Amino acid sequence: MPSDDTDNDRRRFLTAATVVVGAVGTVAVAVPFLSSWSPSARAKTAGAPVVADISKLEPGQLVIVKWRGKPVWVVRRDEAALETLPEVTDQLRDPDSESSNQPVYATNEYRSRKPEYLIMEGICTHLGCSPTYQPEITADFQGGFFCPCHGSKFDFAGRVYKGVPAPLNLPVPPHYYMSDGVILIGEDGVA
Amino acid sequence: MSEDNNSKGLLGWIDARFPLSKMYDEHLGKYYAPKNFNFWYFFGSLALLVLVLQIVTGIFLTMHYKPDGDMAFKSVEHIMRDVDWGWLIRYLHSTGASAFFIVVYLHMFRALLYGSYQKPRELIWLFGMFIFLALMAEAFMGYLLPWGQMSYWGAQVIISLFGAVPIVGDELTLWIRGDFVVSDATLNRFFALHVVAVPIVLLMLVVMHIIALHEVGSNNPDGIDIKKTKDANGVPLDGIPFHPYYSVKDLVGVVVFLILFSVVVFFMPEMGGYFLEYANFVPANQFKTPEHIAPVWYFTPFYAILRAVPDKLLGVIAMFSAIVVLFLLPWFDRGKVRSIRYRSTSFKWLLAMLIVSFVGLGYLGALPSTGVRTLFAQIFSVGYFGFFVGLWFISKNEVTKPVPERVR
Repeated sequence: MPSDDTDNDRRRFLTAATVVVGAVGTVAVAVPFLSSWSPSARAKTAGAPVVADISKLEPGQLVIVKWRGKPVWVVRRDEAALETLPEVTDQLRDPDSESSNQPVYATNEYRSRKPEYLIMEGICTHLGCSPTYQPEITADFQGGFFCPCHGSKFDFAGRVYKGVPAPLNLPVPPHYYMSDGVILIGEDGVA
Repeated sequence: MSEDNNSKGLLGWIDARFPLSKMYDEHLGKYYAPKNFNFWYFFGSLALLVLVLQIVTGIFLTMHYKPDGDMAFKSVEHIMRDVDWGWLIRYLHSTGASAFFIVVYLHMFRALLYGSYQKPRELIWLFGMFIFLALMAEAFMGYLLPWGQMSYWGAQVIISLFGAVPIVGDELTLWIRGDFVVSDATLNRFFALHVVAVPIVLLMLVVMHIIALHEVGSNNPDGIDIKKTKDANGVPLDGIPFHPYYSVKDLVGVVVFLILFSVVVFFMPEMGGYFLEYANFVPANQFKTPEHIAPVWYFTPFYAILRAVPDKLLGVIAMFSAIVVLFLLPWFDRGKVRSIRYRSTSFKWLLAMLIVSFVGLGYLGALPSTGVRTLFAQIFSVGYFGFFVGLWFISKNEVTKPVPERVR
C-alpha cells in the first residue's frame, strides 16, 4: 500500500529499470535459440561446390547434378531449342532477366556462359516444386520446362511465361568451366 | 469456498487445499447450459475427445518412430508391419487428424448458424480461431513426418509460401528449413514442434477457450440470453446442469462418432486418397516432384484460393487473408440477433453462398488446376470473401424476426 513516505519516482525508476534489463536479457537469450534454426555447419559444408563432367551429354539431354541438396540441371540444347528462344520473347514476363537471379555472365538471352549448355537450378520460383523437362516443341508449347504443381511454364532458357504463378525466371547458380567438358557448380571462378 | 463447503473426509481435506469441488461445480455440476441444445452442440465435446485420442496415439507412435531423414519412412513402415497393433495406432492417429478437422469445421459452422461468436463471446471465438491455427500448424508439421513424397513436396511448397515475404523471404525460408532444401534438419525440428511445442500451446488454448465459455455461458440455437431470466437462487430458468444432462447427451454423440470413426479406421483408412495420399507411400525424393501435388483435404479450400491468384505474393496474401477474415468475424457481423432462426433472408443467402464457395474451393483444391477450374476457383474465392463483406453491409440494418424472451 502506498503511504505518504512512498518514493514514487524511485519506485517507477526501479520498475522501468527492471523491465528494461529483463527485456534485454530476454532478447539476448532468444538469440541462441533462434540462431540454432539456421543451417548448421554440416549443412553449409554439404553446400560446397560440386564438379560435374558434362562431356558425354547428347544434344537435347538433361542431367541432374545435386548441389546444396537441390537439383541443378545441365541441359545440352540443340539447334531447334536455341532457335525458339528469340521467337517466344514477347510471351515472357522477364525476357531480359532483369529482375531474376543469375550471375552477370548468364544475364543474356541464353542465360548461360555457352549457348549450347544451360546450367540452372531445377526449383520453381513459385513454390519450390521441381519442374519437368519438356524437350518436344509442339504447336501449343515451344518446349522448355513445365511445373506440374501450379502450371508455371518456362522456355528453354528457364525464362518464365506470362500469366503463370511463378514470378521470376529459374535461377542460374554460380558456375564455371574447369575445362571444356567439366564444370564446377557453386563458384563464379575467375572472370 | 473451502469454509462454506460442507464436504467432509478426503474431499473436505482436498477442498481445504485445492478448489476441487469449486471447479467441479463451476464447470460441470452447476454449470447451467441452455436446455435447447441440438445436434450441432455435439462437436465441442467431440473435439476434446479427438484431442485426447491424438495425444494418446501420438505418444505411442513416438515410441517407434525415428525422426531422421534416412530412417523416418522405414520406421513408419516398421510401425505398420512389425509393431504389434502398430497399424491400428497409426490409423487411429491419421484418421484422427481428419476427424479433428471435420469436427472442428462443423463446430465452427455451428457458431456461424447461431451467432455464437457475437457479443459477449468474441474472445471464445478468438481462442477458437487460435486453436484452429495451431491445429493447422500441427497437422502440417505432422504430415512431414512419414517422409513420403507428398510429405516432402507439400512441406517444400508451404515453406516456400514464406518466400513471398518481401526482402527477407529467402532468408526466412532458409531459417525455417535449416538447410537449402527441406531436409533432415527440417524433419527433426518439425518433429519437436509436432510432438511437444504445438500440443502444449493447443492444450493451453483449449483451457482458455473453455474458461471463456464458462465465464459468459453457452449460446443456444435460439440465440437467447438465458441469464436474463433466473430463479430465486440465481439459476437460469432455461438452464440445466451440464452434468448429468449434457454429459449423458454427449455420450450418445461419442458413441455415434466412434462407430463412424471405426468404419474409417478399419475399412477405409486411406479414404480414397483423401486422408492418406497415395504419393505418400513413396519415399521422399528431393529430385522428383510428384505429377500432382495436393494438400490433405482440410487444407484444400485455402490452397485453392492460393492457386486462384496468378501472382505469388498476392496469392499468398489472399490465402492468409482467408484465415484472417475468420478471426474478424465478430466485427464483420454488426447484427444484434444471433440465431439464423430469427435472421433475415439475405443472411441465409449469404451463408448459403459461403457453404457453396467453401465446399467448391475444397473440391477444386484437391484437383490439378486447369483454365476452367481456375476460373471457378476465382468465382468461389469471391464468394468466400463476399460472405464477410456482405455480412458487414446487411447486418447493420438487418430486418429480423422478434427473438423470444424464453427458450420454448
